[in-house]
Amino acid sequence: MADIVEIEQQDNQIERRKKERRKQTRIHLQTAIVTRDNRQTIGEITVADPRIRCTDIDVFYGDKHAVRNVTLDIGRQEIIAMIGPSGCGKSTFLRCFNRMNDTIENCHVTGKIMMDGQDINDKSIDVVPLRAKVGMVFQKPNPFPKSVYENVAFGPRIHGLAKDKVELDEIVVTSLKRAGLWEEVKDRLDQPGTSLSGGQQQRLCIARAIAVNPEVILMDEPCSALDPIATTKIEELMDKLCADYSIVIVTHNMQQAARVSHRTAYFHLGDLIEVGTTEQIFTKPGHQLTEDYITGRFG
Amino acid sequence: MNKLASSRPKTIDLINASLPKRHLSEKLFRSIGLISIMMGLMFLFMLFYGIVSKGYTAFQQTFIQLEMNFDEQLLDPEGTRHRDALSTVDYSGLVKASLGKMFPDVTDRNEKRLLYSLVSTGATYQLRKMVMDKPALIGQAQQVWVPADDEVDMLIKGHVMRDVPETERRLRDVQISWLDQLEAKEKLVLKFNTAFFTNGDSREPELAGIWGALMGSIYTLIVTLILSFPMGVATAIYLEEFAPKNKWTDLIEVNINNLAAVPSIIFGLLGLAVFINFMSFPRSAPLVGGLVLAFMTLPTIIIASRGALKSVPPSIREAALGVGASAMQTVYFHVLPLAIPGILTGTIIGMARALGETAPLLMIGMVAFIVNIPSNIFDPATVLPVQIFLWADSPERAFVERTSAAIMVLLGFLFIMNALAIILRKKFERRW
Repeated sequence: MADIVEIEQQDNQIERRKKERRKQTRIHLQTAIVTRDNRQTIGEITVADPRIRCTDIDVFYGDKHAVRNVTLDIGRQEIIAMIGPSGCGKSTFLRCFNRMNDTIENCHVTGKIMMDGQDINDKSIDVVPLRAKVGMVFQKPNPFPKSVYENVAFGPRIHGLAKDKVELDEIVVTSLKRAGLWEEVKDRLDQPGTSLSGGQQQRLCIARAIAVNPEVILMDEPCSALDPIATTKIEELMDKLCADYSIVIVTHNMQQAARVSHRTAYFHLGDLIEVGTTEQIFTKPGHQLTEDYITGRFG
Repeated sequence: MNKLASSRPKTIDLINASLPKRHLSEKLFRSIGLISIMMGLMFLFMLFYGIVSKGYTAFQQTFIQLEMNFDEQLLDPEGTRHRDALSTVDYSGLVKASLGKMFPDVTDRNEKRLLYSLVSTGATYQLRKMVMDKPALIGQAQQVWVPADDEVDMLIKGHVMRDVPETERRLRDVQISWLDQLEAKEKLVLKFNTAFFTNGDSREPELAGIWGALMGSIYTLIVTLILSFPMGVATAIYLEEFAPKNKWTDLIEVNINNLAAVPSIIFGLLGLAVFINFMSFPRSAPLVGGLVLAFMTLPTIIIASRGALKSVPPSIREAALGVGASAMQTVYFHVLPLAIPGILTGTIIGMARALGETAPLLMIGMVAFIVNIPSNIFDPATVLPVQIFLWADSPERAFVERTSAAIMVLLGFLFIMNALAIILRKKFERRW
């Protein structure tokens, strides 16, 4: 009997300690929330001759304010990484660039996103050409349940990019080559895209995105479902692709951000805390939150 | 710490102690499931056994062989071979003459009437058709198999016992003795009952067939399918993929779900009021029946199709939208192909329900006694379940086996429809 009481006491003690720790973290996060209103993004938010210029972007999910007043430029031929703890709004922000948020119930985006002299956030903009111009690669590889060939050919076909079969074949082959997948799939173009391995599927999705010759590629945690070898391949691919495209990548993997990106943006609870060259962000971060995050104190 | 760990019961011991109880409840659950399935199978077997054992005899019919003398004097005294003249001749006279020749000792008027009643009235139609098709028969003699009366048929098949007192039987002793004589001369045999599969309804059981009701069912289902499938799928696609989510679409959704639960006879009343009384569509027609059943089937198809569309992973839609496909292209190229198996299953379930539906069709007059085979959707017709209902309601003993046989035909139809659905589904199903 005495033993059981003792055990309970010990359990209680553990519980108490856990609670205390949780409270401390909460206080830490709360200070971040309290100071929100007067928070200014640190670092260079603008670049000369931007590909996309976002001004005062706010995103709401119903009542939830998911992205707060973010202003950011995306440069030409640059890879910009967005990092931050889960739920900080970086994916939501990414989906503003090709208006994918339109497909979400209750989602509401305000602010200006200027691209080629047009505000792409304007309701009168047709999303079809926009999404042809701004391609996207998703977190989970999502090839169509069709053949490898059909996966890549779908975009060019619906946009009428190829006059005949020969041209279409050429587009498919070059897209697969640029995605670094050609050697692996050239003998099984008629096999289902879903029969490929995870890494191959993701590269197939990249091939599908670049087949319509976009100008910007959005990548929403493209490697989170992949093993290190496949990740390396995708990273090498991004390195090559950025000669022609602007790439915006959302990642949880800070080493990845450090390896591939030219600039890095740190988001925290919907705010853009800090932007800067990747080297600067990872070596001498300007904001306490950024430093805490990249040193792994929370997140 | 050590003391603490030893005083606490070991986890594995706790698990082991709980095992017997868990095994017991698992066993109990499994046996309950097994018993339910066994019960279900037993009832199914009983149903099939009851239907088949009662109905299989309907596929045979007793025929009597008559020595027919196609007498020119009687059939065509003027020798014109004119069709109108040939069609109005008294063919029953021919049958009577032939029977009289076979049993020369029957002279009494009453006995003669009994003798003549052994042969179905269908014999006269059969003879007329023979002569009309081939006038060269006139003046010749030929042996012809004609259907026996249903009372004879029942006796031969053993459904009517010989040992009951004569007063409680429809066949007199003398008729039975004639039948025995005929049987001995091999002029009375059971043959395959083609009339059952080629005739329409009749008051005479031996002439009644399922073909009219089957055609009625087919025409009705065609109308139902043509109306409800495209409408249902289009509605489902619109509501699922395009419609904004607001209180109007909510209202529509609630109404569709409620519509699926409306008793079918209400749809029949609607058909009667709107299509027959207000729009003056023909009564008893498969067109109206199909319209009414389409209303009834629509909610089933819509709900099943929406379910199928909903189960298509959203990542596929995102992928298609992400490369710049329009909403229509996304649905047409990617969502619909994946949803088709589910949509087809829902449609077939709806159609199977429509095939078995009786109540709404009673309201629009498809319960009428219709002899003619319908040749289009505007002809008066009845359908299989209504035909079963009509026959089950008839007093003649011979209709009992025909009712069961009609049920078999209905189940066969259903079986073919379901098999078709499975084949179609397999064809469209993507295994990757």
